[in-house]
Amino acid sequence: MPPLPASVPLSWYLLLSAVLFSLGVAGFLFRKNIITVFMSIELMLNAVNLSFIAFSYHLKQVDGQIFSFFVMVVAAAEAAVGLGIILTVYKNRSTLEIDEINSMKN
Amino acid sequence: MHQLWLIPVFPLAGFAINGLIGRKSSKNVVNAIAVGSVLLSFLWVLKALSAMGLWGAGMPEEAHVERYFTWIQSGNLNIGFDLAVDRLSAVMLLVVTGIGLLIHIYATGYMAHEGGYYRFFAYLNLFMFFMLILVLAANYLILFIGWEGVGLCSYLLIGFYFDKKFAGDAGKKAFIVNRVGDFGYSLAMFLLVINFGSLDFGKVFEAAKAMPVDQGAGIFTAICLLFFVGAAGKSAQIPLYVWLPDAMAGPTPVSALIHAATMVTAGIYMIARSSALFVHAPIAMDVVAIVGLATAVMSATIGLVQNDIKKVYAYSTVSQLGYMFLALGSGAFAAGMFHVVTHAFFKALLFLGAGSVIHAVGGEQDLRKMGGLRTKIPITFLTIICAALAISGVPFTSGAASKDEILVAAYHHAPWMYWVGVVTAGMTAFYVFRSVFMAFFGKYRGSAHPHESPLVMTGPLMILAVLSLAGGFIPLPHFLEPMFPKLAEEAPEKWLEYTAVASGLIGISLAYLFYVASPKLADAASKNFNGLHKLLYHKYYVDEAYDATVVEPIVQGSRSVLWKGFDSGLIDGTVNGIGYRAMNIGGALRRLQSGNIRSYAGWVVLGSIAVILAMGLTGSIR
Repeated sequence: MPPLPASVPLSWYLLLSAVLFSLGVAGFLFRKNIITVFMSIELMLNAVNLSFIAFSYHLKQVDGQIFSFFVMVVAAAEAAVGLGIILTVYKNRSTLEIDEINSMKN
Repeated sequence: MHQLWLIPVFPLAGFAINGLIGRKSSKNVVNAIAVGSVLLSFLWVLKALSAMGLWGAGMPEEAHVERYFTWIQSGNLNIGFDLAVDRLSAVMLLVVTGIGLLIHIYATGYMAHEGGYYRFFAYLNLFMFFMLILVLAANYLILFIGWEGVGLCSYLLIGFYFDKKFAGDAGKKAFIVNRVGDFGYSLAMFLLVINFGSLDFGKVFEAAKAMPVDQGAGIFTAICLLFFVGAAGKSAQIPLYVWLPDAMAGPTPVSALIHAATMVTAGIYMIARSSALFVHAPIAMDVVAIVGLATAVMSATIGLVQNDIKKVYAYSTVSQLGYMFLALGSGAFAAGMFHVVTHAFFKALLFLGAGSVIHAVGGEQDLRKMGGLRTKIPITFLTIICAALAISGVPFTSGAASKDEILVAAYHHAPWMYWVGVVTAGMTAFYVFRSVFMAFFGKYRGSAHPHESPLVMTGPLMILAVLSLAGGFIPLPHFLEPMFPKLAEEAPEKWLEYTAVASGLIGISLAYLFYVASPKLADAASKNFNGLHKLLYHKYYVDEAYDATVVEPIVQGSRSVLWKGFDSGLIDGTVNGIGYRAMNIGGALRRLQSGNIRSYAGWVVLGSIAVILAMGLTGSIR
C-alpha cells in the first residue's frame, strides 16, 4: 500500500466526529419535528461511524470497519421501521410535533 | 395419705360445672352443685382431720405433708406441688369450709332474685378453691397461687354488678392496690430463695430456727417487712386498706365470705405461718404491731360516723384486722389466729345480718332510712345482737375471749398500745351498737315493707349467732400454742381484762344514749364537732389524697407523657416521619420520570458530560 499523503491527524477526525455527534444531540434535544429528530439520530450514528473508521485506519485494524457496517445495517433497518411509524403517526394525528404526541403519558 | 388434694378440688369441680352448664340449668341444680361441692369439701376436711386425731388423741405437732409432683426444677431450686396440714391450717380449713358452707347456703336465698345467678356461684366456688389452696399450701409459691387466685375472685365478685360503674371501679381498685402488696410478697420470696435456696415451709423454718435469734437480723427484717407489705395489701392495713371499704360494692354474701371472714385474714394467716421468720426480726414485729394498731384506731374512728350499714362493718373489719396484726406484732400469734376465727364468726354474722336487713328493706343500705326493724325482722335482730355483743367484747362472748388475749399481749409488749387498743375497743362497741340502734330501734324511716328473710338465710344466721356467743370457749390458743415460738410467760393480770370489758360497755351505753335515749344529742355532737365530724365522715380524705398524689399523676403522666409524648409523639412520629420522608424524596425523584423521552436524553447527555468531566478532573484521560 502506497504511503498515504501527508495524512490528516486522527484528532481531526475525532473532533469532526464529536462536532457531528453534538449537533445530533442538540437536534435530538431541541427540535420539535419528528423527522428532524430522526435525522439527528442518524447524524449521531454516522458521527460514531466516523470515529470507528478513523480508529480502524489509525490502528490498522479491520474491526472498526466491520462495526460501522453493522451500524449501517441497523440504521437502515431502523430507518425503515422508524419512517413507517412516523408515517402512521402522521396519518392518525395529522401532526409531527413531538410534544403533542403524548397520549401515553396521561 | 389423706388425699388432701380432694379438699380444694371439690369446689373447683363445682366452679367448672356451674361455669360451663350453669347458664342453662335451673337454680336448684346450680344450688345443689355450688353448696354440695363446698359441703363435700367440708366433710372431707372433717374426715381428714379426724383421721389425724383432731378430736381424740390430739393432732401431732408436726405438719402432715403430701407431695404430689415437682412443679419447678431449676438448678438447686426445687418447688413441688405440695399440700400440708398442721394445727394452724386445720383451724383455717375448718373456718373456710365451715363458714364458706354457711354463706353458700345463705347466698342461695339472698341471690335468688339476682341476675347472673350461676356466675355468682361459679365465682364463689372458684374462690373456695383458691382459698383452700392458700391454706393447704406447703410452700410459699403454692400459697402465692392461692393468694393471687383469691385476689382474682375478689375482683370478679366486687365487680359482680358490672353494669354499675362504681362496682367496676371498686373491683379495679381492689385489684390494683393488691398488686402493690403482691410486689412485696414476690420480693420476699426472691429473698428467701437467695438466702435459703428453698420456698418450702419446712426447710425455711428449719433453717431459721437453727440460727441464733440475733443472727442475720438484717435479712430477716427485710424479708419480714416485705411479707408484711403483702399482708397489708391483702388484709387491708395502712396504707393499702383503701380498697376494702369500696369492696362492699359486691353482693353482701361476698362481703361476708371474702371481705370479712376468710380472704382478708390471709395476710394474718401468712404472717402467723411465717412466725419462725418474724421472731428473728423484732423491728418488723414492731412495724406490724404499730401499723396494726394505727389501722385499728383510724378505721374505728371512721366507722363512728358512716351511714351506710355495709361501710360501717367494712371499716369495722379493717379495724379488727388491725387488732389481729397488733397481736401478731406483739408476738401473740395464737391470740391473733384466735381472733381470726372469732372474727370470722361474728363479722360474717354482722354482714349476713346486714344483708338480711338490706334484703328486708328492699336494697336500702342507708342507716338513716331504716329504724324500728326490731319487731319486723326479729330473727335477724336477735342474731345481729349476738354478733354486736361479741365484737364489743361483752364477757363470755367469743369476741371478748380473743380480744382480751390480744390486749393482754399488747400490754406486755408496750402498755401504751394496750391503752390505745382499749379506747379502740370502746369505739368499736359504739359504732356497732350505733348501727344496731339506728337500724332496729326508733321509728321506721323508710318506705319499703320490711319482711323477714327465708329460712335458708336465717338458718346460717342462727348457727353463726351460736358460734359468736360460744366460740370463745373453743380452746384454740392452747391448741395453736405449739405451732408458734414461745412467749415469755407473764402472770395474767385480771384488771387488764376488766378495763377492756368496761371500755366496751361504755361504748354500748354511749351508743344507747346517743341513738335511743336522746337522739338529739347525736345531732348536737356532730354540730359541735363539725370539723371533726366532717373529717371522719370523709374518711380523713385519704381517698382524695391518694387521688391527688398517686392516681392523678399516673393518669396525667400516662396521658401527657406516655400517650401524647411517647406513643403519639415518639413512636407514631417516627413511623409517620419515615413515611413522610419517603413521600418527599419520592416526590422530588418523580420529576425525573417525566415520560418525556427528550428529557431522558437530556439527562443522559448531562450524565455523560459529568462522567467525562470527572474523568478529566481525576486525570483518567490522557
